[in-house]
Amino acid sequence: MADVQNTTGSTTAGSIEVGTAGAGAQLAGPGTGRSAVASQPVDARVEAVASYDVADFPVPTGREENWRFTPLHRLRGLHDGTAEADGGVRVEVSAPAGVTQETVDRSDARVGRAGKPVDRIAAQAFSAFEKASVVSVPKETVLSEPIRISVHGEGGTAYGHQVIELGAFAEAVVVIEHTGDAVLGANVEYLVGDGAKLTVVSVQDWDATAVHAAQHTALVGRDASFKSVVVTFGGDLVRLHPRVVYGAPGGEAELYGLYFADAGQHLEHRLFIDHDTPHCRSNVAYKGALQGEESHAVWIGDVLIRAEAEGTDTYELNRNLVLTDGARVDSVPNLEIETGEIVGAGHASATGRFDDEQLFYLQARGIPADEARRLVVRGFFAELVQQIGLPDVQEKLLEKIDAELEATLA
Amino acid sequence: MATLEIRDLHVSVEAEKGPREILRGVDLTVKQGETHAIMGPNGSGKSTLAYSLAGHPKYTVTGGTVTLDGEDVLAMSVDERARAGVFLAMQYPVEVPGVSVSNFLRTAATAIRGEAPKLRTWVKEVKEAMAALQMDPAFAERNVNEGFSGGEKKRHEILQLELLKPRIAILDETDSGLDVDALRIVSEGINRVREGGEVGTLLVTHYTRILRYIKPDYVHVFANGRIVESGGAELADKLEDEGYEAYVKGGASE
Repeated sequence: MADVQNTTGSTTAGSIEVGTAGAGAQLAGPGTGRSAVASQPVDARVEAVASYDVADFPVPTGREENWRFTPLHRLRGLHDGTAEADGGVRVEVSAPAGVTQETVDRSDARVGRAGKPVDRIAAQAFSAFEKASVVSVPKETVLSEPIRISVHGEGGTAYGHQVIELGAFAEAVVVIEHTGDAVLGANVEYLVGDGAKLTVVSVQDWDATAVHAAQHTALVGRDASFKSVVVTFGGDLVRLHPRVVYGAPGGEAELYGLYFADAGQHLEHRLFIDHDTPHCRSNVAYKGALQGEESHAVWIGDVLIRAEAEGTDTYELNRNLVLTDGARVDSVPNLEIETGEIVGAGHASATGRFDDEQLFYLQARGIPADEARRLVVRGFFAELVQQIGLPDVQEKLLEKIDAELEATLA
Repeated sequence: MATLEIRDLHVSVEAEKGPREILRGVDLTVKQGETHAIMGPNGSGKSTLAYSLAGHPKYTVTGGTVTLDGEDVLAMSVDERARAGVFLAMQYPVEVPGVSVSNFLRTAATAIRGEAPKLRTWVKEVKEAMAALQMDPAFAERNVNEGFSGGEKKRHEILQLELLKPRIAILDETDSGLDVDALRIVSEGINRVREGGEVGTLLVTHYTRILRYIKPDYVHVFANGRIVESGGAELADKLEDEGYEAYVKGGASE
């Protein structure tokens, strides 16, 4: 039997629709994690340490809320200062004309602008990187080709810092691919200018021994749109921390994620949407499949709607498909709301086993069990891919999913 | 000539208090070109017969044999049965999110035929079959059974019947939940397949209504896990008039 915190077959869901003034008293509800009393102490996230300096974070013990799901001994020293950079990770950027690329020091105003590191590894990465890479799309520039960033591990240890900046009304698609073997701690910042549209596809397709921990922080400008697609297939341990903050009203963030945890893999995605600005939207949908002994997926979805963030509209969803015994899923959605003047807020999480009735239906049409299984898992992911709304990106992703399923569900 | 032979079939399901026998010795022979209606009250086991023949894992065969042209059907996996020519049109077809009808149909046809159908002729074949069932072409791009109405699900089942061309078609309450128009369209689809003369049909139904459109060669009354009376099409008229009362008395189904 799969060992899941959100027991297999279980679902949780909550939603709050608030449109009228004075509705604050109704804020308690499933998943809000609090009672109707508005004067409760704020959640730990609000007061959590954020700092550029690794010394401000104690070495985690594994008992902290932030770290309790992560097997620290497999982090290869990223969390305790023993992992020393040796430069064995190659980063290549290929960008269409009009895009500028710079290498800058940490004193550059754009470095750290989206937000400070919020955990020990992100701070370690910030303290340890030598030069940051900044890729900028000038204002009003609409790219017809994606910017491609390849991060290839050659067996080394590295700390990285990447900034992607879009000027006002610029539009771009960025594809970041992580391959090879590495121990990598990194920060990635997305500075999305007013009215700009940024889509980022980050693929973690590491070799089976790689360890990757990174904070992705997006600062979404006025009426700007940020779309993130995180695809995690390969690596021994991948721990990503996508965060969204809003710089001005009207911003929109869509965060999609797909992961497939095979035997022994630990794939962790910890999201935080900080609704600190009025009239912004966020939509999160992450789906994962697991198979094999000791495959482990962690999904944490934190959404905070601060008192000043009136008119917020947010929804987050996590689905997990457990294909075999021996897998473990921890899925924890958290929604914290400090104002009643919002459009809507909700979340849903469900973890289920492979549906035998689907298998029977497909087999009853002559499709062999293996192929039927592949079809169902592909469908599970395709349903999410269909929502992305960018046909080119969708097609590439489905190809990647097919290749992954071909390799793992043969 | 395809012949499905069911001999003294006993089937159980796991229940709270241990295995419960649902089929208690079913004997039936269905030959290519024939249409047999299996009729019976709720709970008589007629759907269990349909699902057991297709190999649903919920049902355990505890005795008897099923052969298709002498081949042991019970030894085959679900997909092997389908590839051997057994088709089950389900009463409650299952949703498969993210899998489009067109992808599903092509994958199934490839499995059944042993090779991928040539794209050009395949597209035409699907289009024509859909048109015959009065299905919107946009249907092909929807996800399998997701958000389908009851009528759409049944048309989709019959579409598969037409495309996969089985040797034995088991239609489990294909008529249930259909309005008169949909029933007529679906029945016409079944009749097109029957007229080919290649298929033996096992029509499982509670009501006689569908038999106005599909004339059976044989009617079997199913009660308490076995066939209790067999006859020609006229037996259906008797059931229409008298109901199942006479068959369930004394031997009430569980």
